[in-house]
Amino acid sequence: MDEDWKLSCKIGTLRIRSAVTQAIRRFFLDQDFLEIETPVRIPAPAPEPHIEPVPSGEWCLQTSPELCMKRLLAAGYSNIFQICKCFRSGERGAHHLPEFSMIEWYRAGTDYLTLMADCEALIAHVAGEIGLRDTVSWQGKRVCLAPPWERITVREAFSRYADLGLDEALTLDRFDEMMVNRIEPRLGIERPVFLYEYPATLGALARVKVEDHQVAERFELYIAGLELANAFSELTDPMEQRRRFEEVSHDRRLKNLHTYPLPERFLDSLSAMAPSAGIALGIDRLVMLLADQDTIDTVVAFTPESL
Amino acid sequence: MYTASDLRKGLRIKIDNDPYIVTEFNFVKPGKGQALYRCKLKNMVNGNQFERTFRSVDVFDAADLQEKKMQYLYKEEGKYCFMDNQSYEQVFLTEDQVGDAKNFLLDNIEVEILLFEDRPLGISLPNFIDVTVTKADPWAKGDSVSGNTKPVTVQTGYQLQVPPFIEEGEKIRIDTRSGEYLTRVKG
Repeated sequence: MDEDWKLSCKIGTLRIRSAVTQAIRRFFLDQDFLEIETPVRIPAPAPEPHIEPVPSGEWCLQTSPELCMKRLLAAGYSNIFQICKCFRSGERGAHHLPEFSMIEWYRAGTDYLTLMADCEALIAHVAGEIGLRDTVSWQGKRVCLAPPWERITVREAFSRYADLGLDEALTLDRFDEMMVNRIEPRLGIERPVFLYEYPATLGALARVKVEDHQVAERFELYIAGLELANAFSELTDPMEQRRRFEEVSHDRRLKNLHTYPLPERFLDSLSAMAPSAGIALGIDRLVMLLADQDTIDTVVAFTPESL
Repeated sequence: MYTASDLRKGLRIKIDNDPYIVTEFNFVKPGKGQALYRCKLKNMVNGNQFERTFRSVDVFDAADLQEKKMQYLYKEEGKYCFMDNQSYEQVFLTEDQVGDAKNFLLDNIEVEILLFEDRPLGISLPNFIDVTVTKADPWAKGDSVSGNTKPVTVQTGYQLQVPPFIEEGEKIRIDTRSGEYLTRVKG
């Protein structure tokens, strides 16, 4: 059967994928992180302007394990991680699957800058475990993984690469267009780069900088133009978080998008949460990078279309 | 009427009254940002290409093209000749207008010629065609070193990757939209 043939062609990348997953797990277990599983099917996701949950009866499938992970932080758990499937409706492309694998890890008592060091160490460790050394080659680009990696603010990135400045792009609603067409393809080509200091409006669950309320303590990791991870210092102000959730929910209602109830238990738990930082990294994307695959289809055993 | 989520390579849409074909397509979504649909579009009338990034709210009309069934006859000096079996009318398309379909033009294959304001601009092929493999290295059973695929050439000169058990002289089915091997054809 030819479906079997197509599957058999994937064995090389699926072996790399397995090694990557085990290496990630070992990295965190060796640092005494606790591996946690939280429910995939939930009643109330964090409202996001551009992420559509997949419905499951009256509940939905998680777009991220974030809410449960943060409730654990609020309950006193400190270093926790989870490798799990996340679901986002309508996201399908060369780098997107509507069901994909994520690792999220959280550190209590730290901020997003600590997570940058985690990324440098984690990826170096994983690359080493699969036999790559300091360099990874992806689609003809050779990226040096030795730290320290580059850091650039969103404002600088716009100034360097985009047709418009950051403020103009935000006003004209061309931020995302500039990101995909001008900025992302130039990020992390010679060395991985942390794109940080996102505008506050683009980090619904992120804390804003004390010195500048227009800026969120958020970064994204890019390697060879591939977006790999999203991190922030967590917002712990329940009133502010509720206000943001209500604003997004309201916008969704105006656009006739389905709105779920607000995650009340999560909001209640926020006041008990100490300052913490959390990050989500796409495992499929990491495997694409390390196995030099240009499409996400070849790093998963089955795409939705092949079922 | 198409929406952005209908966009794909090969789709023909109307922009400013001209027919355009999507030559490249990418769904992109920057972290936490909106979904965007990056396209390269080619004007089917004058061949001009440009890039545009669409949003999920964008809508388009289908290109105003008429279809006429014709048969492929031959290629001469970079032009491809097709004939209407009823009227014996012949039309010629350039290599540019034929595009990737040139890899799948079997002798006498029936295609749809696409016309805009009575001018032939492009062609539409059947989704699947059966072709004969004209050049393939033999399969050494048990040879796992060379991997799970091998390149072969088919009767149109097109090269593609197929399972290692496909031999010269065999017939295979190809998906003309992706250019990929589908299955071996018996008989």
